[in-house]
Amino acid sequence: MTTAVATVRDTPFLIGGRTFQSRLMVGTGKYPDHETMVRAIEASGAEIVTVAVRRVNLDRSKEESILHHLDSKRFFLLANTAGCYTTEDAVRYARLAREAGFNEFVKLEVIGDQETLLPDVQGLLEAAKMLVQDGFKVLAYTNEDLVTALRLEDAGCAAVMPLASPIGSGLGLLNPFSVRTIKRRLTVPVVVDAGVGTASDACITMEQGVDGILMNTAIAAAKDPVAMAHAMRLAVEAGRAAFLAGRMAKREVAMPSSPVEGMLD
Amino acid sequence: MNETIAVTVNGEPRTVAPGATLLELLAALDLDPRAVVVEHNRKIVRRPDLGGVGLTPGDSIELVHFVGGG
Repeated sequence: MTTAVATVRDTPFLIGGRTFQSRLMVGTGKYPDHETMVRAIEASGAEIVTVAVRRVNLDRSKEESILHHLDSKRFFLLANTAGCYTTEDAVRYARLAREAGFNEFVKLEVIGDQETLLPDVQGLLEAAKMLVQDGFKVLAYTNEDLVTALRLEDAGCAAVMPLASPIGSGLGLLNPFSVRTIKRRLTVPVVVDAGVGTASDACITMEQGVDGILMNTAIAAAKDPVAMAHAMRLAVEAGRAAFLAGRMAKREVAMPSSPVEGMLD
Repeated sequence: MNETIAVTVNGEPRTVAPGATLLELLAALDLDPRAVVVEHNRKIVRRPDLGGVGLTPGDSIELVHFVGGG
C-alpha cells in the first residue's frame, strides 16, 4: 500500500511581483533568545521574516542587530513600521528601513490606540499613498473593515493585511465573515496579520481562503517556540489544502455514512 | 586646547571634534557604516556620502538598525 497522495496543486504565492513557497510569514520579536528564534524560523518554513527599525544601542552592552543572527540571503526581510502612531513617523521609519538596502517592501503599521493597537485607518491610508508614490511595495496592516481594505487596494498596496484579532492577543480569528469578504472583494493578496494564538487558529484562518498569515507572538511566546513553529507550518498547509479541497456543506441534521440498505431483519 | 561641538546622537548629548564627519562619528562609536542607517537632521544620508557630511553644533543624528519585531 502506498501512502503517496496527489495533493491539490496550489497557485504560486505572489506578492508585489515576488513569488514565495511558504504562505506563513513570521516575526522575530519576543523570543527568549536568538538561538530559539533562528530554530523556530527554520521549523516554520517561512521565507518572509519581519523586522523592526530601532535606534542602535550606543552603549552596546548587549543588544546587536538581528542581522547577526538571521541570514539575509536566505530570508526575505520585511521591515515594519511597528510603534508608529502617525503618518509622518511611519513614512520616516519605512524610508530608514529601505535605506538598509534589502528591498522596497514595507509592512505598514499606523497605530491609533495604545490599548488595542488597532490601526488608525486614516493615517494608514495617507501613509500608504505616500509610500506607494515613493516606490514602496506596501503591505498594509489593517482591521477587518472591507471599505478600508478596498481603499488600501485602490491606494496601490501590494497586499492588505487584516487582523484576526488584536496584536499579541492570541484570540484567534474573531471575524471570519469579514476576512472572507475582504478576500472575496480584493484582487491583491490578503494576508491575515496578528491575533493567531495556536495551530487551530491558523488552520481556520487559512480555510477562509486568504493568501497567507503573518504571526509572531503565537510562536515566540509558546512554551516551546520551535515545536509551535512546526505546528503552525502544518496548520497553514492544512488550512490551505482544506480551502482548495472545498469543504462539505454544513447541515443541521445527521446523515448516515454507512448504507441504510442491507440491514438484518 | 581641545574644543568640541555638542550634537545629539540617538537622543543623547554627545561631543565631537569640530568638522567631524558622520563617517568619523560612526568610527568614534565603533559602528560599522554597513550595519546602520544614518539620519542627519531628519534627512537620510546614504553610505557613500557619510564621509562628506560635516557636523555642526546642535545637529541631531539618528543611527538605526533592524531588531526583532513582528
